[in-house]
Amino acid sequence: METQKLFQVDLGHLMAFNPHHSFSSQPSSREDLVNECLQKGTELVQAITDSLFNLPSTENVDGPLVKLPPPVTKLPREKHLPRPKPPTKWEQFAQKKGIKKRKKDKIAYDEPSGTWKRRFGYDRANDEDAIPIIEAKMNDDPEEDPFAKRRDNKKKRIEKQDKNRLQNLKQAAKVGALPSHVQLAATALPITGTQAAPKKVTKDELGSVAGLAATSTASGGKFDKKLPGEKTARHQGKYRKFLPVVEGSGIGSQEKEQTEKVLNKIFSKNSHNILNVDKAINTYNVKKEKKWRSEKAKASATGSKLKPQKKLHKKSPKKGSSKKGKSK
Amino acid sequence: MVEIKTAKTHKGKRELEKRAPKLVESGKKTLILHGTKTSGVLNAVLKEIYHLKKDCAIKYSRKNENIKPFESGGETSLEFFSLKTDCSIFVYGSHSKKRPDNLTIGRTYDHHIYDLVEVGVENFKPMESFSYDKKLAPKEGSKPFITFVGEGFENVEELKHLKEVLLDLLRGEVVENLNITGLDRAYVCTAVSSNKVFLTHCALRLKKSGTVVPRMELVEVGPSMDLVVRRHRPPNDSLRKEAMKTSREKPKKKEKNVKKDAIQGKIGNIYIPDQKIGEMALPNKAKGIKRERREAKLKNESGEHASKRKKDD
Repeated sequence: METQKLFQVDLGHLMAFNPHHSFSSQPSSREDLVNECLQKGTELVQAITDSLFNLPSTENVDGPLVKLPPPVTKLPREKHLPRPKPPTKWEQFAQKKGIKKRKKDKIAYDEPSGTWKRRFGYDRANDEDAIPIIEAKMNDDPEEDPFAKRRDNKKKRIEKQDKNRLQNLKQAAKVGALPSHVQLAATALPITGTQAAPKKVTKDELGSVAGLAATSTASGGKFDKKLPGEKTARHQGKYRKFLPVVEGSGIGSQEKEQTEKVLNKIFSKNSHNILNVDKAINTYNVKKEKKWRSEKAKASATGSKLKPQKKLHKKSPKKGSSKKGKSK
Repeated sequence: MVEIKTAKTHKGKRELEKRAPKLVESGKKTLILHGTKTSGVLNAVLKEIYHLKKDCAIKYSRKNENIKPFESGGETSLEFFSLKTDCSIFVYGSHSKKRPDNLTIGRTYDHHIYDLVEVGVENFKPMESFSYDKKLAPKEGSKPFITFVGEGFENVEELKHLKEVLLDLLRGEVVENLNITGLDRAYVCTAVSSNKVFLTHCALRLKKSGTVVPRMELVEVGPSMDLVVRRHRPPNDSLRKEAMKTSREKPKKKEKNVKKDAIQGKIGNIYIPDQKIGEMALPNKAKGIKRERREAKLKNESGEHASKRKKDD
């Protein structure tokens, strides 16, 4: 047991600590250091086993079982201690009145049928909902449907119970003793602690909001009474400026420049399709053909009468050749 | 309107009950994750820590941009992961020019950061680089011996803190009854200098010593590494006090099928399963059961009986 004086042994964690050893001089090589560490470690492990094997053990199928003592080194908990659940409203009331819980029989006597039936569930004893005929009384309201009323009452009772349950759960949630499988949706945030603090509204933002409010009247805020210290609303948006159209020495040319600038921009953007060569050639050809056709039609209509005119047309070689072909 | 949400299935309910705060806790789960950049060394370190603690660890493989445990606001997503995975120890690896091979070990209390220790990893030797008899290899989830050597663990504040965190990280499951034959591993932590700790993982070889207590021998199985302490943040005093609370009472297990009666005393119900005699396996070699012999016996019965009777007479 002299080792235990030298070392601190914590059997609960199977931990041992040698506070006395110190490396006065750094060992020359890594291997030396490792060997020294292992040697010291072996001593400590031996110390733990010495006390471990001396504990009373019980034989088991798998081997000797040892009951470990509670650990000496305290480590922090993972979560807080479970908190006791606060009593429900009914439990408080029952406590006050001295009402004790007692068990009901599973089976109860069913008056209408005169037999014993299960107390709850399907085909239960004294089931109010299963009565097929409700006898009318003298002072009953003829407008009212007794069956609908029965259904209504049942619904109300269920709602009341739900409300009571929610109230009790809210109370439990306040203390932090909500059952683990229950969640109240309003409190169910992903992280309960560190959240970004709500952003503070700056002076500028406040000013702009105040300006908006002040100008939201029919007169745009012109005839409203000003509060002491209230500033005029900040103007939102751009001021539009219109340059004079008339040409002059100074500003007049500015207007021209502005329009030119816009025009240039549009042109430069679409410069690549301003002149489509293919299209231009096509349109030129089509036009030419059209012209030629119309003229030819004219010529055929007045053919015999205007022979000298026809001869005039023969000047172009193309037309001449076509003419020759036709005649052949 | 507040809505009551409950578990839809029994399995879900049980799962949630596992996460509820307990009177006596059974051990902490470890979350292993890394930042935007990790070196090869650090990847190996995280992997091997995961292998050592495989029964109670979760490893994340994605890069985490917005985790900076020491900075305010950088712990939000870490605390969320802790809540999501129900882990209360985390090992976070990051690698930067200022702090190369950086390992941050921290604990959480109620899914909020409790304390932090930052260490740099040096001289890392992975498990594969050690050669030893594979029969000695420690089993997954076995309870380890943990040893601390060096006065640094008592005198230097940072090392004292590191010792506690390492103990929490390495101790494994909290048990009351321990099977001695299952002991097969030990961690050796040595304070080499005032800010450097040598940590190695060893297997145990039990040798006969002539007495009940065997002689222990350590065989290094790795990984082994040097931890250089960098930054650390000890727990808040009030938080520490809160977290150290324990209860004296033990959790009671519900006693079933036992009644106490004033006259008869303790009455218990015992369940005895049906004996199922029809399905019982009979010994194969019983001679009387064999059909041929039985029939032969029936045939010979008359003759033999006669002869026997004769003898008796």
